[in-house]
Amino acid sequence: MTQPDNFGFGEEAAMLKDSARKFFSEHFPTDKLHRMVAADTNPERMSTSEWDRELWQQMVELGWTSLAVPESAGGIGMPVVAVAGLVEELGRAAFPCPLLSTLNATYVLAACGGGGETALAEIAEGRTASLAITNRQGSWNTADTDVLCTQGKLSGTAWFVQDARKVDRLLVSAQTSSGQGLYWVATDAAGLTVEPDAIVDLTRDQAHVSFDNVAAEEVSGDGLVALEHAMPAIWTLLAADITGAAEWQLQTTVEYVSTRQQFEHPLGFFQAVKHPLVNVMIQIDQCKSLVYNAACAYDAEPARAAETAHMAKAAASETAAFASGRSVQYHGGIGFTWECFVHLYFKRQKHSQLLWGDAAWHRAKLADILVGEVA
Amino acid sequence: MSESARQDTPEQAEFRQFCRQWLQANKPSAPSVRLPLSPLEIMTQPQMDYLQEWQKAAYEAGLVGCDYPVDVGGGGRSDCQRVANEEMIRARTPFMPNVIGLGMAAPTVFYHGQQALKERLLPRLFSGEDIWCQGFSEPGAGSDLASVQTFAERKGDKWVINGHKVWTSLAHFAEWMILLLRTDKSHKYDGLSYFVVPIRAALGNGVTVRPLIKITGETGFNEVIFENLEVDDSYRLDELGKGWQVAMTTLLHERGAGELQTPRSGGMKSKATHATNTGNLIELARNTPRNGRPAADDAVIRDRMMQLVIREHGLAQNQRRARVSALQDHPLRLQLQNKLLASEITQDTAALAVEIEGASASLYLGDDNAPAGGQWPMAYMNSYGMTIAAGTSEVQRNILGERVLGLAKSK
Repeated sequence: MTQPDNFGFGEEAAMLKDSARKFFSEHFPTDKLHRMVAADTNPERMSTSEWDRELWQQMVELGWTSLAVPESAGGIGMPVVAVAGLVEELGRAAFPCPLLSTLNATYVLAACGGGGETALAEIAEGRTASLAITNRQGSWNTADTDVLCTQGKLSGTAWFVQDARKVDRLLVSAQTSSGQGLYWVATDAAGLTVEPDAIVDLTRDQAHVSFDNVAAEEVSGDGLVALEHAMPAIWTLLAADITGAAEWQLQTTVEYVSTRQQFEHPLGFFQAVKHPLVNVMIQIDQCKSLVYNAACAYDAEPARAAETAHMAKAAASETAAFASGRSVQYHGGIGFTWECFVHLYFKRQKHSQLLWGDAAWHRAKLADILVGEVA
Repeated sequence: MSESARQDTPEQAEFRQFCRQWLQANKPSAPSVRLPLSPLEIMTQPQMDYLQEWQKAAYEAGLVGCDYPVDVGGGGRSDCQRVANEEMIRARTPFMPNVIGLGMAAPTVFYHGQQALKERLLPRLFSGEDIWCQGFSEPGAGSDLASVQTFAERKGDKWVINGHKVWTSLAHFAEWMILLLRTDKSHKYDGLSYFVVPIRAALGNGVTVRPLIKITGETGFNEVIFENLEVDDSYRLDELGKGWQVAMTTLLHERGAGELQTPRSGGMKSKATHATNTGNLIELARNTPRNGRPAADDAVIRDRMMQLVIREHGLAQNQRRARVSALQDHPLRLQLQNKLLASEITQDTAALAVEIEGASASLYLGDDNAPAGGQWPMAYMNSYGMTIAAGTSEVQRNILGERVLGLAKSK
């Protein structure tokens, strides 16, 4: 199977991306984000989960949460490449919401065959969800989970669960007597406790979730296959989020170094500043091109989905780190303060850099595919 | 049917069909001489004869200069050069020898020359009968191109040229040169003018061409010395003092960011071909022992190879994304990165290959024990030609910072 030359990024995708960009720039400027999430400067603060539910409701009504749900389950069934365009704009706005988490759960459910249909229909109706598939060590190996399922009841703890306080449902990966299953459970189910983590990133919330004999609906008895299938979409969308956020960091920093004068010149006149900013742009562009390639591969060339998504997330993780570092450094003293907005993106990017595998992890996986596993 | 074919306009689709049929019947057979890796390394007359014959045949069939108007020898088509290029590359034809002519001189003459000059020069340029070279750099004017000192002094309706150009690829075969020079010493940029000069006709009579030897020991480019060469004013492009603006047209097309697509062909394997790419890098690591195991098993080597694989794919996907307008942030942003990225990725790939080879990387072309015939150390040295020529990487970063990001112009 070959990929379409234009990544399959057609008119509908362009319109969606464009309208998302307008939506966020109109309704959610960065100063609004800062007022909302950065009120408490105490480094030992408990994690909060501030977000704009009214704006979120508008996003749900626009159908953005059901974009990836197949038409057969009542969704819109847009290709990943179109969804990636939307997520790039979400990253640019750093809008706190469970869109990415819900999309992630959607791709896993869609890979579960008939077992996922009920859950997908709930997402199509506007319910939100997140994956609870990671263990205490933060292993990104999909076979690692600390949750057990015995006789239809979940016990144990899932870690690093994104947006746990914002979502209605969790898709839980659990060991069973015969292997590994996936379970669909409401966040207000009896015996389920969401324990928020105090995290660096102010634009997200994260928690560990304990299960004490929680009754759950089995979505798949062979969860590993579904997870392996869906992970490339999950890596790709996070890489798209990073790309959008990095573009915000680049443009904001370019604007600052064009205004701020030292030694009778704007900072951007000096090549010690100019050339690294060009390098940030180069990294963003590589990352963005690899994101759309991977997104296209997921639908059009599934045999290369993992390979291309490893490239995209490896490039994105490097970009997140580099663009963040340069954005703070070139804002100078003011960039080191809480009042300057760059810290919001610096922290979001640090979170994204590590989530679902950092650059070295993805390159090691890529080498296993392209060079072969080491015996 | 390829995907790009599916998006063709009716004109492109019909033309693509024609190109395919013609190439099937007329693709040249393998040469009896060894071909160099690129047109800039053509050394011998038999190599040049074979390649010129191919370009002439392709031009006469309508595969070269497709988008130029008919009155200057073009095909009068609309966005069809891209189609011809795709089909020629698919058919693995030889490359075209008149690379400076097609990529740089043709668009410059077309946008800035007088009609009579275009009609006279462009057909023989497209056919490859006249090879072209470029006289820009000088011993004292490299990155700071606008400081060229080659001077033309007015003498009636003639000009008398004196000066020294360097790094002039193909000058030893060239009939014509595009020449950036000074007509006014009191203004740096506005004192520049631009000419086309028939250098072959003046060899030994105002023009001297001498080969320069590269860091690798190969030849490939030249220095060209002008001593009282007289040229007609009708060979001037655009107005007096507009040389810098004309040169920008040349450079924009050289960097692949110009309006007109450059005719491109290639893919026919020369015997010496050993492409500097990550496929060959991984192959080398598989076959080179390191601490008693293949180097390809070493975690650090694997990570560094994958960094290069990702950059190589990133560049290829940039070029793909550059054709999707909805996924671009600035019209030149991706185009102006091409040369910078390609040259630096090649350099870093060759550098890692040399490291992987270890002690054996000390062995050069003449040593029978040299892995891959000594190609990797040569590729590594050659890579500096790419990061220096056509605007150094440092100049490229200035251009990107200023033209795309809008940062203040550096001195």
